[in-house]
Amino acid sequence: MRSRRVAIVAGGTDFFPAQGRRPIHHDVLDLTRVTALGGIAWTSPDSLRIGATATWTDVLRADLPPAFDGLKAAAREVGSVQIQNAGTVAGNLCNASPAADGVPPLLTLDAEVELAGAEGPRRLALSDFLKGPRQTALHPDEIMVALHIPRPPDHVTSAFGKLGARRYLVISITMTAVVIGLDAAGRIDVARIAVGACSPVAQRLTDLERDLIGVTPSEVTITPRHLASLAPISDVRADDVYRLEAVPAQIHRAIHRAILRASFRAGGDHG
Amino acid sequence: MDKQISVDSIGFTLNGRAVEAQPVAGERLSTLLRDALDTRDVKVGCDAGDCGACTVLVDGAPVCACLMPAHQAAGRQVETLAGLVTSDPDAARLARSFDAHGAAQCGICTPGMLVSAVALLRDTPQPDEAAITNALGGVLCRCTGYRKIIDAVALAGTEAPQPEGDGHTGVPIPRVDAAAKLDGSEMFGDDVAPAEALVLRVIRSPFHHAGFAFGDLDAWVQATPGIEAVLTHRDIPGKNCFGVIPAFADQPVFAESICRFRGEAVAAIVGQADAIRDLDEAGFPVIWTEHRAALTMAAALSPDAVTLHQSRAGNVMCSGFVARGDAEDALAQSHVTVEGHFTTAFVEHAYIEPEAGFAEMRGGRLELHVCTQAPIMNRDGLEEILGLPAAAIRILPTAVGGGFGSKLDLSVQPYLALAALKTGQPVRMAYSRSESMMSTTKRHPAEITMRIGADADGRLTGAAFDGRFNTGAYASWGPTVANRVPVHASGPYLFPDYRAEARGIHTHCPPSGAFRGFGVPQSAVAQESLFDELADRLGHDRLEFRILNALENGQPTVCGQVFDQGVGIRACLEALRESWQTERAAAAVVNAQATGRMRGVGVAGGWYGCGNTSLPNPSTIKAGVRADGQVVLHQGAMDIGQGSNTVISQIFAQALGVPVDTLARIGADTDVTPDAGKTSASRQTFVTGNAARLAGEALRAQILQMVNAAKTSEIHFGQGAITVSDGAAAHRIDLADMAEDGEGYVLGAQETYDPPTRPMDENGQGHPYAQFGYAAHLAVVEVDIALGTVTPIRFVAAHDVGHAINPALVEGQVQGGIAQGLGMALMEEYIPGRTENLHDYLIPTIGDIPPIETLIIEEPDAHGPFGAKGLGEHVLIPTAPALLNAIRDATGVQITDLPATPSRIRAKLREHSDA
Repeated sequence: MRSRRVAIVAGGTDFFPAQGRRPIHHDVLDLTRVTALGGIAWTSPDSLRIGATATWTDVLRADLPPAFDGLKAAAREVGSVQIQNAGTVAGNLCNASPAADGVPPLLTLDAEVELAGAEGPRRLALSDFLKGPRQTALHPDEIMVALHIPRPPDHVTSAFGKLGARRYLVISITMTAVVIGLDAAGRIDVARIAVGACSPVAQRLTDLERDLIGVTPSEVTITPRHLASLAPISDVRADDVYRLEAVPAQIHRAIHRAILRASFRAGGDHG
Repeated sequence: MDKQISVDSIGFTLNGRAVEAQPVAGERLSTLLRDALDTRDVKVGCDAGDCGACTVLVDGAPVCACLMPAHQAAGRQVETLAGLVTSDPDAARLARSFDAHGAAQCGICTPGMLVSAVALLRDTPQPDEAAITNALGGVLCRCTGYRKIIDAVALAGTEAPQPEGDGHTGVPIPRVDAAAKLDGSEMFGDDVAPAEALVLRVIRSPFHHAGFAFGDLDAWVQATPGIEAVLTHRDIPGKNCFGVIPAFADQPVFAESICRFRGEAVAAIVGQADAIRDLDEAGFPVIWTEHRAALTMAAALSPDAVTLHQSRAGNVMCSGFVARGDAEDALAQSHVTVEGHFTTAFVEHAYIEPEAGFAEMRGGRLELHVCTQAPIMNRDGLEEILGLPAAAIRILPTAVGGGFGSKLDLSVQPYLALAALKTGQPVRMAYSRSESMMSTTKRHPAEITMRIGADADGRLTGAAFDGRFNTGAYASWGPTVANRVPVHASGPYLFPDYRAEARGIHTHCPPSGAFRGFGVPQSAVAQESLFDELADRLGHDRLEFRILNALENGQPTVCGQVFDQGVGIRACLEALRESWQTERAAAAVVNAQATGRMRGVGVAGGWYGCGNTSLPNPSTIKAGVRADGQVVLHQGAMDIGQGSNTVISQIFAQALGVPVDTLARIGADTDVTPDAGKTSASRQTFVTGNAARLAGEALRAQILQMVNAAKTSEIHFGQGAITVSDGAAAHRIDLADMAEDGEGYVLGAQETYDPPTRPMDENGQGHPYAQFGYAAHLAVVEVDIALGTVTPIRFVAAHDVGHAINPALVEGQVQGGIAQGLGMALMEEYIPGRTENLHDYLIPTIGDIPPIETLIIEEPDAHGPFGAKGLGEHVLIPTAPALLNAIRDATGVQITDLPATPSRIRAKLREHSDA
């Protein structure tokens, strides 16, 4: 693998569009032929493994706690059913688009990636793996083997919001994922907020997360300071001003959706 | 060894049968299925997972075959439409339902839709609308507006009532050509070439404006295995110039020294299929020199701009002009005037079938199979380019996977023809999606300034319209846009004084050409948006203001043309009155309780002249009766999905007096079917329809005369004989004894119709069209104030079609047109060099089109066949302004720059709240 160029393919949903009709003059390594790279399973009570060839449809069908609802919501928004049936979570990360649907929810889940290569296996936090648009920490001789997600606190819920100019098959203008927990008094005790398509790499808003602890959902206030780390661009989908303006609205809505879902599950105030 | 590893033979199950194949590394499953396994019901629309046309089931799961490495099929079950319809009960009931509900128009997306729907019904036998849109959200359709597809899936399994009777005009019979679209056997441009055909690849400019020089082409051909030839302008035996309007023909087949837009062709490579597959275009010997480009009209009109064509000073291609009375004086005297400046974007036709075809030499003649809207115009263009007489060229149109105006122009035709001539072998090519998007025509971007005045009673006094249209690097249909816009920019309203000018401006952009409406959808955005502002200023209800000013029979248009019958705009607008009132009241209730989502209702009217503007545009229809009693209709009006095969058959059958299913149909083929003109200008139902009516009547008269029977007699075609029943008497005409003509007909008729028009004078006064069709749309939307997103809730569309030849096809046209108008209004913006694919260039998906109620208005037209008027383009003219007016109603802000993306709406809302 080190001695010659090899293209890695799994679902093919990024590989072929990028290839266009240019000829393929190198080898193609199909990860889907390696059974061990598939599946979604708890490898221990505290760690979920998503294999490198697990598709978005596999995510949707997996029995996972409410903390993963945001990831499932993102799975439903990846392209179309056709894309979800073929495209893999790991491929979405390796493709490293700033608008990758999977990244914000996986950031809020504190996902780690497992890489394997000639130098042996290694693990990286997802935020360290993604280096920039179309840039990752993957060495030329490495492949991604799996993602690992530590079990989130039992009481947290999650949500994902994607903003696009049409309903299906759309690249995000902005997107937001939240993982939220409330204590017995209804105050936020877990807050993980990630925003995609507003910086070269999707990112967690750690200042905001810190300020949310101890407040009730109705008291959530988002200030420009909380968004200072974002650096949206203007492109064909929207301008930078719009993106910065949409993000707080999306975060508010995602927090409320996550909490509504929690109260619905608990048979709370809707019951 | 450092060679590409070829994958060993793989085996899998294709439609229930074991198959073996030898894919190369990285081969797409779609390619393997189509080329190696001849499974051509798998359609390729984008090769990027953006359109879903190639959807197949792999182990029961829908996937895009264009995104699956072929070798992943090993050991699995692959199912495609052609297999499913013969063996799967869900597929069979879906196909019946698609037929009954008119869910297939051109048919190119139908395999993807049906296959996806089969997977849905296997999981969810009775899906609701949300489940249907989720399941079909990955398949794009550009024709139907999706609503009939949703209906067909929701109602699959319930037998729809079949229309009874003879299928004459007024009856919503299913399409006469539906079967092939629903079982995967329809053959489109890329489906007809023999397996051994050479493949052609065009080399195109990567720059908007560039010079170039070739290296040693002969040496490159020698050094590149499998390449047969390279074609350049030196290989053109005739003129290296084409254009749809002879006086403006200006486009080279191959650029000679300068490329004027990104995507312009400089050479074509012809080779064995494998060689073209393995071709690295980067190695082709051409050196580019990029030049400064003018991509906007402002840049092209600036004093230091490069002149694109020396004969067109200042980059002004041409202009159109209409003036009546004194607009400036009328505006000065008006009680209220409004003024606005509007811009619209390049809009891509985005048919799901990229241009494709194949050419071969047969008996010394060139035969070209191609998806086209205009076979005779294709032949005319090739005569010039190839230097061949018409008799040496035969055009055999394939099924057309959507056209909308762009497939009127030449695209693949000259390249294929030149390659077949040069090599003597069959040659095929299909444009890639990005090649199609960068090199074929677009809707003209417009920059419009308009002023409109009214008196104190709310009656229109005058209007002044100044529009410039980015016509790109070459003329194409730009002159038509420049001519049509001033005639139509008034809308269907009475203006005593009027002045309108439209200019086409050359830029280093792809050529703008014909796209459903020829510039009128753009001008309607300006005029209908300003009408709302005017009505508000006057304190008039917005709909009633339009009704008050609607053109009536006996009143002159802005061209001074007076129709004493058939003016249906008032009836269209009045048909919306009830919905307008109830939807406005409902919106008020919603908005009183709203937090962040505001509802709005908008209306807009429109009109469109059917047929060429003040120019002859005849159609001819021929029919024959064979000795065995079969009536054969030679129907040359290209059916690009809109339904002319069905409509023309219905008209002819009614005129002849036989059930429509009596007819056998021969399609367009320049050798055997007379010229029915181009499928454009909403002319086929009107113009070819009249030719069909005349031909049917002529054949009927001939038969009746043979037995001297009364005009009211019934004619029956039986085996080898015609029976004519004249009250009590029955006459029999034995056909077996009659002499056959050269085509095997014992009886025949051929008739031509050309609409009566008259030229316009220097002020645009005259009779540009024999008939107009009229339309009014109502749109209900909700706007998310924080995010600027627009959710269309409902449309009501009233269309005066004179007489609905086929009400189901009318609905199909209306729904499809609204979807295109919605796209133009809310999301579509082609940017050369940036949005050359269907994920950066967005068209509506199945989740974007709300329910559409179609109100058919029948204000008969004296010239139309059985009173019918054209419809194809009218259907999107009011859509964008109705949506913009609904957004304004919801938010108070007027969007003047299209498309109204969330970003643009929020910018206006910010401005509004700051003010």
